Amino acid sequence: MAEVHTHAEGEHDNAYAGLLVNDAHWAFGTDFEDPLAGVDTTVPDGVDPAELAAYCLMLGDDALVFSQRLSEWCSNAPDLEEDIALANIALDLLGQARLLLARAAAADPSIVPVLPDGSPVPDEDRLAYFRDDQHFRNVRLAEVPTGDFAEIIARVLLFSTWRLALFERLSRSRDAVLAAVAAKGVKELSYHRDYVGRWFLVLAQGTDESRSRLLAAVNGLWPFTGELFSTHAVERSLAEAGAGVDPAEVRDEVLGVLVHVFEASEVTPPPSGTLAGVQGRLGRDGVHTEALSRMLAEMQVVARAHPEGRW
Amino acid sequence: MAVDTLERAWAAAARVVDPELPMLTLIDLGVLRDIAVDDDGAVVAAITPTYSGCPAMAAMRDDLLREFQDAGLEDARVRVALEPAWTTDWITPEGRAALATAGISPPGAAPRRGGPVAISLLPTRRAVHCPQCGSADVELSSEFGSTACKAMYRCRACLEPFDHVKEI
Repeated sequence: MAEVHTHAEGEHDNAYAGLLVNDAHWAFGTDFEDPLAGVDTTVPDGVDPAELAAYCLMLGDDALVFSQRLSEWCSNAPDLEEDIALANIALDLLGQARLLLARAAAADPSIVPVLPDGSPVPDEDRLAYFRDDQHFRNVRLAEVPTGDFAEIIARVLLFSTWRLALFERLSRSRDAVLAAVAAKGVKELSYHRDYVGRWFLVLAQGTDESRSRLLAAVNGLWPFTGELFSTHAVERSLAEAGAGVDPAEVRDEVLGVLVHVFEASEVTPPPSGTLAGVQGRLGRDGVHTEALSRMLAEMQVVARAHPEGRW
Repeated sequence: MAVDTLERAWAAAARVVDPELPMLTLIDLGVLRDIAVDDDGAVVAAITPTYSGCPAMAAMRDDLLREFQDAGLEDARVRVALEPAWTTDWITPEGRAALATAGISPPGAAPRRGGPVAISLLPTRRAVHCPQCGSADVELSSEFGSTACKAMYRCRACLEPFDHVKEI
């Protein structure tokens, strides 16, 4: 007879039992668990801690904001498999965001919003929930309001192709934490990009309706791609210090992959044209579209109402 | 003394299972990377996340600390090891057998990486067998499953759906 594996305590069988393990934690975040517990967060020689923190915020905010947009698909996708796939992608990006925001806070604690004494909110949650829109450093592609299924497929393709190219290089960063986060991210982003690449092909070669929606999505998103390869002063400085990646460097590789997918799908890349910033300032400078403010209002409202909420 | 502590710590840790794949211990899964005894005699266990957003890290830490306490190792802590990144190649032979017994298809060899990653527009080809009936006539239904580490398949022979631990 086969041996039946049972747990004497049955701790994972009872949803309520787990709640009693930790006495209390902040009601809306990630528990007291430190995602960098025991990790050496010493800033490497020749790297400015404030710039490293700003750089980690940029990459962390890209993931956080896009994860929130992807989460809006939860229970709304065309079928269960796609619902789960998009939620999985959102979770991977949220995990990357959490590590990067925690790394930012460890490099320069002065960037972390101050909350009342005794507040249980961990640093990465303070950065996620208690900063205003102008302090977010994400590229604007991440914040575009959620459209139809073709839109999210096209957007994940643009985003994951770009981020994968960045992370592949970043895995050789002189900052060991960034290098580790990037090396892990490469594995995840490869799955994301393969998944949306296949859907891109299916939608392009599907019905007239699916193809026209995909083309509309690509044309609508394309103006946001110029910003992906525009180098911010912080990115240039980190790249020169061997700790970051100059996004202009990945342009040819990213466009090469996109052209490959477009050609297989018989889609013509739109003519280049870039959404302007405000006096040259872009998402990396904290200048965003109105959509980010609305998204953050929804994402942050409950946390901000209960900065000391415990359960 | 330290050797005795270390042995007791490994024995205690060997009882901790993954919250989402409870047929695997953390050792089987390759998530428990190291146990050491520091200069003050404290047990320090190192765990690594399977995926960046793995929500089970806190539960794993709590379970490890509880087992250490039950073994009389009061002074213990758990640290995160981010590097090298977890790979399914670290799942032990015992772990693979336990997955198959539980109806979950174990992973093949993880892809080798280095330099730019090529995009794949065709479904991932894997030598997957149905864990129920053993047939190789299976089809991928989704690259993403109930947890981040699994893909969903169905068997064309016995018609049963099953999970496959995907290679990373």
